[in-house]
Amino acid sequence: MKTLFVTTALCATLPMTALAAEKPETLKIGMTTFLTGPASVFGVPAQEAAKIIVENINAEGGINGVPLEVSFIDEGAGAEALTSEYRRLVESEGVEVMFASISSGNCQTLAPLAEDLQVPNFMWDCGTQKIFEEQDYEYVFRTQANATPEMLAAVIYLLKTKPDFKTIAVVNQDYAWGRDSWNIFSTALKAMKPDVEVVGEFFPKFGAPDFSTEISRLQALRPDVILSTSWGGDLDTFVQQASQRGLTNSSTFVLPLAESSFERLGASLPAGHIVGARGDHYFLHPERREDADFKAFMEEYESRTGQVSVYPVFHTSQAFAALQAAYSKAIEENGVDWPSEEQLLAAMEGLEFQGLGRPVKIREDHQGVEDQMMGTTVQNGDYPFATMENIMIFDGDDITTPVGEESIEWVSGLDASFIDTVAVDSFEN
Amino acid sequence: MNLTIFLLALFDGIAYAALVFIVALGLTLIFGVMRILNVAHGSLYAIGAYATVALTGFFLSLGLAPALSFPLMLVAAILVGILLGGPIEWLLLRRIYDKPEVLQLLVTFAVFMILEDVQRLVWGTQPYFEARALQALGNVTVFGVTYTVYQLILLPAVALVLLLGLRFFLRRTILGKLITATTEDREAAQSIGIDADKVFLLTFIVGAALGGLGGALASPTTSILPGMGADMIVLSFAVVATAGLGQIEGAALTALMIGLGRSFAVYVWPEVAVLVPYLIMVLVLLVRPEGLFGSPAARKI
Amino acid sequence: MSIHSDAGAMSRSPAEKETRMTAGTWLAIAGLVLLAAVPIFAPSLQLLVNLALAKGLAVLGVTVLLRAGQVSFGHALYFAVAAYAGAFLLAAWPGADLFVVLLAGALGAAVSGLLVGLFVVRYRGIFFGMLNLAFSMIFWSILEKFYHVTGGADGIRLPRPSVLGMEMGRHDFELVLFWLTLALVGGLGWFTLRWLASPVGQLFRTVKTNETRLEYLGVSPRRALLSGYLLSAVLCGVGGAIMGVAQGVVTPEYAWWIRSGEMVFIAVLGGAGSVPGAFIGALIYEFVRVFASAFAGDVWQMLLGGFLLVIILFAPGGVVGLFERVTRRGAAKGEEAA
Repeated sequence: MKTLFVTTALCATLPMTALAAEKPETLKIGMTTFLTGPASVFGVPAQEAAKIIVENINAEGGINGVPLEVSFIDEGAGAEALTSEYRRLVESEGVEVMFASISSGNCQTLAPLAEDLQVPNFMWDCGTQKIFEEQDYEYVFRTQANATPEMLAAVIYLLKTKPDFKTIAVVNQDYAWGRDSWNIFSTALKAMKPDVEVVGEFFPKFGAPDFSTEISRLQALRPDVILSTSWGGDLDTFVQQASQRGLTNSSTFVLPLAESSFERLGASLPAGHIVGARGDHYFLHPERREDADFKAFMEEYESRTGQVSVYPVFHTSQAFAALQAAYSKAIEENGVDWPSEEQLLAAMEGLEFQGLGRPVKIREDHQGVEDQMMGTTVQNGDYPFATMENIMIFDGDDITTPVGEESIEWVSGLDASFIDTVAVDSFEN
Repeated sequence: MNLTIFLLALFDGIAYAALVFIVALGLTLIFGVMRILNVAHGSLYAIGAYATVALTGFFLSLGLAPALSFPLMLVAAILVGILLGGPIEWLLLRRIYDKPEVLQLLVTFAVFMILEDVQRLVWGTQPYFEARALQALGNVTVFGVTYTVYQLILLPAVALVLLLGLRFFLRRTILGKLITATTEDREAAQSIGIDADKVFLLTFIVGAALGGLGGALASPTTSILPGMGADMIVLSFAVVATAGLGQIEGAALTALMIGLGRSFAVYVWPEVAVLVPYLIMVLVLLVRPEGLFGSPAARKI
Repeated sequence: MSIHSDAGAMSRSPAEKETRMTAGTWLAIAGLVLLAAVPIFAPSLQLLVNLALAKGLAVLGVTVLLRAGQVSFGHALYFAVAAYAGAFLLAAWPGADLFVVLLAGALGAAVSGLLVGLFVVRYRGIFFGMLNLAFSMIFWSILEKFYHVTGGADGIRLPRPSVLGMEMGRHDFELVLFWLTLALVGGLGWFTLRWLASPVGQLFRTVKTNETRLEYLGVSPRRALLSGYLLSAVLCGVGGAIMGVAQGVVTPEYAWWIRSGEMVFIAVLGGAGSVPGAFIGALIYEFVRVFASAFAGDVWQMLLGGFLLVIILFAPGGVVGLFERVTRRGAAKGEEAA
């Protein structure tokens, strides 16, 4: 009799285990970021932001009472160490969700690995649009935009503010981001302004300490517009050397990643140049800067690091916001204490969440739809470095490649009328 | 390619070559005298740059004139030479002179790895930029292209001064002759009473200081980042190997070839610019296996 | 004390010498068996060991050249050539067989080894090392620059190859790859030992001890060096191909000069010129590197550099040298007691 009772009780609970998972002691997250090497100018701010966010979440009780615990992997230690550590965290340390990575190359390596290991993976920073366009993934999601909307926003802003320019040159870092971003930008530009002339294409080595020859060449060529999607030390050096030699006076620079260099460049980035922030990420965000949560975070970040927030910080906030939103949604929709992996993955579909910027949505191909901010630099004395004016925020839905289409193909099919179809909000600063 | 473009490429090439030469000079010297290829030379270059930025930033924030940056560069270089070069030679290299070449090289490789982390621990990962020295000298416009006086005139001038000065030092002064003698034949020099240990220590300090000076001079032109040393080393290796064992004039000529090759490549075929130093090295060594000015070593049978 | 142990070594009977050699062989076999058990008893270490062994094969290539007294600072060239050959093959024929991929890699390494070797064997000492460096950096530059062909700095992905016609899941494939790597380690290691002892190998080794005598004998030292150079290139290539397949991606960093330097580092760490030393060194190096970067993320390079310094200053014969010192002292003590 007792055996029958026990067996029945067990059988009754079995279906319940299929519906819910046991609440863990801590929710372990693994995050890959650059702690060494040139990209550490992004990676270290992201790490600091992650620590602050996790502390704040845990101070409010964690996710449904479960505190978060985040471990960091250094992308700068090389691909072998990265993949080994990734697997170790997932297989031996019981990490539930991974955030990977900053480098597009690492994302391309780790996305299939995450799929293989069957661990939910949020691509929290890398920009390559190819991952979801080339393959479908069950476990991989992107909590931010990708290179296509970022570049399209730059093209549209340029055409809106300087519609009559004639010549353009590019100086990009010689690796996937530099090449791909130029590919998208130039295809879009030629589609929307067929009479534009590309007078020079330079791809200096990643980490090049010296752009003197390229700058001399550019001075001889005299383009109206110079595009550079460089970042970090490369962008700093390029802008500073260009500024020293007067190139910033004779050409308009379009620098989609310059937001992250504002503070370091100080007075070297003159007014009148077009800048972007890989999303709507700006420590003086026109819509969010008066919000209490935004202000509190900005203050805490600045007091801890002595620097203003840059876009990796925003991207980190989006990844954790997605995490919280997904778990909350899964818990609510399934009426459980803690979701199983299937429930979590299901909750990610069509998820809406908000980090430090505007709300972001994840669509059916797991790509995030994020609005894009562009502006023009101004040195108005409020800060010892450049800030933005004439800000435009473009609606992410309009400028992200439609599901199932390939970016370059879609972009080459656009024309000048596309500009007017993109919803935009404008701000003075 | 018309004359204007040609001259512009020439100017860019000379400016770049000057910097390459100054950095490679220390490496050539050490290699010539001590037969050790100092992999850590790149780290000394980077630390020279960091030290200059730190010193300049400090003194200029006290309100002193930007012209002070120049003597501060020398100070930084000397500090690098004495505080880093000295201990490396004294504590580490001295123990391994009798060991196989590969071990000596690996010791400097290990020092390089350690110094890379030291840079990051001391100065962090953010890029630094300290350009007031460069801005103080202003610009000059040639054929419609604006160059900074620093890069177009100062750096080549310093390179020339170092080249001639070192030549004079090695050939005319007693200390220089001691070093030259030890370079030619260490045993013979010791047998006539030259203290080879002191010569080695001095050479290494001077070589390290020259590496640090290269970094100091480069610092106003570029962002200072961790990892800048690693890129410089390979370039310096190419110069040293192409020039011939310890040949300073060879190093100057090689640096000039590399600088001009690279800048012409950027004007004509930019994608090849990265390849240029190594192509030059291979081509020169094919034709002259001992380096540009190297002389065949006598073999003991 | 040391005089006694030397005399002891010289006066050892041939029978005793044979027993000593067999003892080394037994140790090697025991080591291989131990490693073979890793997927069963320590599966979390499996990938790491696999990568370390692949690196060890590459280091073996450097070790072979060390026996001729030459150091190459550009062997990462063959490492990268083989890995990219495998990647191009898999891009053209997805699902190609694993053995075909490895063969393609070895072939690529052999061809490039021949082409470069023909130039390089004319040089000795630092010029040999630097010329190899130059060639590897030229290849690296080409890999980085010609983005549309080589994928640039992000490299090329290697999809999983099939094995003997069968498509495998990740777990099974990795197991097969692991044991294949082990088999290659054992096989190629044994082959290298035999080669070094063979007449060709002995001529090769003479380049270190007395090259001029080779010329007097009528043997071209360049030919002798080239034969060993080819072997070293192929060994390096096999290591690179395995590494590429195991990681699933190949990047220009495979040809970067620091990787060549790493190989020399490991060769010396294990024991310069010792075949088992190459693998022991690689295992130690990989473990130290991964655990240092995991637990001392900020200073792992410093730790590794310090480790290398300690080895060079206090145990320049590497791990194998330490081992031999210990056993020789033990044998000497045994002799004294007797």
